[in-house]
This record gives sequence, structure tokens and C-alpha cells, in this order.
Amino acid sequence: MKSVIAEDLVKTYDKGKVRALDHLSLDVEEGTVLSVLGPNGAGKTTVVRILTTLLRADSGRASVAGIDVIKNPEKVREVIGLSGQYAAVDEILTGYDNLVMFGELYHLGKKQAVIRANELLERFSLTDAAKRPIKNYSGGMRRRLDLAASLIVKPKVLFLDEPTTGLDPRGRQEMWGVIQELVKGGVTLLLTTQYLEEADQLADEIAVIDTGKVIARGTSDQLKKQVGGERLEVVVEQHHVAKTMEIVSAVSGHGATLDEGLRLIAAPVSTGSAALFEVLKSLDAAGIHALDVGLKRPSLDDVFLSLTGHVAEVKTEEAGAKK
Amino acid sequence: MSAISDISIITRRQLLLLTRVPEVLIFSTIQPVMFVLLFRFVFGGSINTGQPGGYVQLLMPGIFVQTVAFTLAGTASGLAEDMKKGLIDRFRSLPISQSALVIGRTLGDSLLNIVVLAVMGIAGFVVGWRPSGGLANVALGFLFLLFFGYALSWVGVLVGLSASDARVVQNVSFIVTFPLTFLSNAFAPTTGMPRLLQYFAEWNPVSTMVAACRQLFGLENQFGATAGSYPSEHPLTTSLIYMLIIMAIFIPLSLRKYRNYAD
Repeated sequence: MKSVIAEDLVKTYDKGKVRALDHLSLDVEEGTVLSVLGPNGAGKTTVVRILTTLLRADSGRASVAGIDVIKNPEKVREVIGLSGQYAAVDEILTGYDNLVMFGELYHLGKKQAVIRANELLERFSLTDAAKRPIKNYSGGMRRRLDLAASLIVKPKVLFLDEPTTGLDPRGRQEMWGVIQELVKGGVTLLLTTQYLEEADQLADEIAVIDTGKVIARGTSDQLKKQVGGERLEVVVEQHHVAKTMEIVSAVSGHGATLDEGLRLIAAPVSTGSAALFEVLKSLDAAGIHALDVGLKRPSLDDVFLSLTGHVAEVKTEEAGAKK
Repeated sequence: MSAISDISIITRRQLLLLTRVPEVLIFSTIQPVMFVLLFRFVFGGSINTGQPGGYVQLLMPGIFVQTVAFTLAGTASGLAEDMKKGLIDRFRSLPISQSALVIGRTLGDSLLNIVVLAVMGIAGFVVGWRPSGGLANVALGFLFLLFFGYALSWVGVLVGLSASDARVVQNVSFIVTFPLTFLSNAFAPTTGMPRLLQYFAEWNPVSTMVAACRQLFGLENQFGATAGSYPSEHPLTTSLIYMLIIMAIFIPLSLRKYRNYAD
């Protein structure tokens, strides 16, 4: 069953001048993780805002957990959790105060709200910081608290809009750990990110979007295959470069390329490890000792570049969506 | 009834914020108290009112009204802050009454006004303010003041949600409230103003509010404009009508803005 369906969504800003979504469609299978991957300004936040009832699409249809987002927004709000790009919590209040307040707003009642707040603080390793104002939290702690707030009532579908943007590497690792735990628990998750590695790490499926459209989707492996097969790479000493070029070209059937600085010889191969073995055998026969040798699959960066024609750079602010 | 509990949770949040940052409460009361003292001792000596008790009797209603008028700025900047931090998105994505956040905010700001008015009243009393309209009338005067602040708070909601930047909000609110409070009978007689401003001052809701309070506090309103005009003769009714008009316009507009604020 599809937990999230978006069909043909169009959203424009500034009286049609800025087209944030251009007939965008996507869906998320129940119990899986879809990562919406794209650069800033691609429309990621706009999709999330429409699906979480914060924004109305100009046209198109959308449903979450089988509920129509446009017709029954208040019903949708009962089954979703949203954690945005900003840690949307009261800075002045403590972590505990924030969670209790949100618990009460979910109509848990004071007593249950307190119990739930303590559970979540424990689960996200925030118990020690519970009674401190959020403004003294690290970026990673804020995001964890924000995530905790979106999980007060176990949501059927969780939306995480760029959960690690602006975090340092350690904070990002921690956040990934927390999300992976959630995923193991079987949550349906739609996650937006501009980090290819993040999509690779966390998602079952990836939808690559650019300028308001889905331009490719599939598992990370499928997307990588779409770009091309594997590449064989060998690094040798300078005086072996010429001979190695010959060997690699012969095995590959395509011309090998050379990175002179790194003395790295590379060529596309279709037979994977068999090709690797063959190259090693020939090098050995020629008395060449390879300094480094390996099969490289294309990274998601390569995927992105080949799909969009530009690298996943940080562009201007997502038009109007960050208000 | 869950809407009421949502609103009360948001209002409590507002009060909790106040207890966590006592500076806010301190500064929201220091400023009006400072005005009381400055006006009382700087202008009080040179403005001859002929009123028993002197200038401070006329001044206090003026400063009360000015202070509650600034609720507009308080509500506006508070909401703009929430918006900037993404808190409004969070609240809007919760299964709660969609107007709870703004209603709770306006109520919380009115509760703050109670504290501020009480402190100002005490400060006024210390420097010679003696309302004489009888307990019931004085209480009614304060009720009027709170109600006026509440109505303006809804204008603040619209300003706060419409602004692109929290810093702009403060400036916009001041540009709106300062002329309104000074082009009135709050601090000086309107009779010294150019003719056109006199008309404005006479019909200015701030003037009618000040006149209403003066009446309830048992004073003759010597700072009022042309005798015989409707607002000068019926300040209570005019003020009430103004407040109802403000709310009838700004509550629906603000709620609509809140629901669609990102569109």
C-alpha cells in the first residue's frame, strides 16, 4: 500500500513567476524510506509543506495514509510527524517543557505527556539536558529534540525536511543513527536531503528532483547503474604507466584514461571482478606491481551530475518556501 | 472543547516564557513606569490643568492607553519570532485547532497587560495619581484598557504574520502606534494643534479611549477637542464601537492570514 501519494503537483510563487513544483509526482510505499534528493531550490521543501498541509498546491492531488491532503487536512495532521529544517522548538523553554507542551497539544493529558516526554528524552539521549533551555543545546541536540517532538504520538508517516542541514559531521552521524533506529522500527519516512551520501545511507528509494520535477527515481543501486557500469582503476609507478595503459585498455575494450598527477589509469568494464582478475594477472605477467587497484561504482554525485547536468551545488534559497 | 484546551496550553506557554525570561516582564513594566515619572516631573510642572491634583491625573489615563496600544508591537514581534524559528510550521502541522496559536498569543499578551497596568497604577499612585470615579468605575476603566489592548493585539497578529522580517515588525508597529498616541489628547490639549490635526485627534481611538478613562476615573477631560462633537460627548460608546470595529476587521483577516500564511 502506498502511504504517500503525490500526483501532478504544481505550485507557483509570486503570481506564477516562480515555478516551485512543475507537475511533480511521487509516492512512498508503506514502511519504506523515500529520500527526495535535490539541490536547494529544487522544490523539496515545497513538496513536504504541501504533504504536511502547510501549503496548498495550485493543482494536483496528494494523500497521506489514504487521507486526502487538500480535502481533509485536519485528519492528515493526526497521522503525521514533521521535523523541519529549523529546530522548531521554543529556545527559551527547556527540552522537557517543549515535549510536555507538544504532548498536551496532542491531547495526551498532562500525566501522559510527562511520561511520554521522559521516554523520548531517554530515547534520544537528552535526559541530562532535559532541564536546560534549548538555547544552550548543540545543533545536533536541537535536531534530536525536534525529531522527538514529531514522534510524540507515533506517526503513520514521518516527514523529515533536511534533518541534517547545518550540522557538523558528528551531529550528522548521530542524527543518521537516530533515523536508522526509527527506520528499523518500521516507520514510513519521507526524507529530503541535498546530501547524496545521506540518501544513500538512509533511503530504500531515492527520487531525484530538480527544478520542481522528479527527474529520476529508483534504489541507489539502480540509479548508479543508470549512469553506467563499474570502472576499473589502477595506480602504478611512473615507469609502468605506458604498459599498464595497454593492459587495461585491452581488458576493457575501451580506451583507458590517465590521471597523470595520481598516475591513475581507469577504464569502464562490464564484467566486474572477472575483469579485475584479468588485469591483475596481466600486470603480474608483465612484472608490474600495482600500488592500488580496484573496482569503483559510480557515486551518487556522478548520478546527480549526469542526470541534471550540474553538480549538487548549494544555490540560492528555495524560492519562497522558507518563509 | 479541545480548542479551549489548546488555547489554554498556548497561553500557558506564553506565561511560561515570561517566567523563564524575567527581563521581558521587567522591561515591559520599566518603560511605562519611566514614562509616568518623566511626564509627571518634566511636563507636569509647566502644564497648568486647573485640575485638583494636577497634571498627573490627566496624564495617567493617557499613559495607560499608550501602554496598552503597544500590545500591538508585542504581539506582532512575538509572532514574527515564532515564524522565523519555524515554530508556526510546527504548530500548524499539529492536530490542534488552527486558530489556537494566535488566540493563545493574544490572550497571553493581555495577561501581561494586567501585570503591567497594575505596576503602572502603583507607580502613578506613588507620584500623586488619585482616581475618584468610584471603585466600580475605576475597575471598568481598567477593563476598557485591557479590551482595547486585546483588540489591538489582533492588529499585531496581522502585522506579525505579514512582515518579512522580525526586525521590520518592531519598526512598523512603532510607526503605527507612535503618531496615534501623540496625535491625541493623551499628553497635551488638542486645542493647540493645527485645525486638521485637531479633527484627527478628536476622532482618534486613542483620544476616545483616554477620554473614556478620564471620565471613569472621575475627571473632567480638559485635553479634549471641540466640545459638542460626538466622540467628545460620548467617549465610552465611541471607544466601544472602535474596539468592536477593530476586532470585526482584524480577527477574520488575521485568522485567514494565519491559515494561508505561506501561500
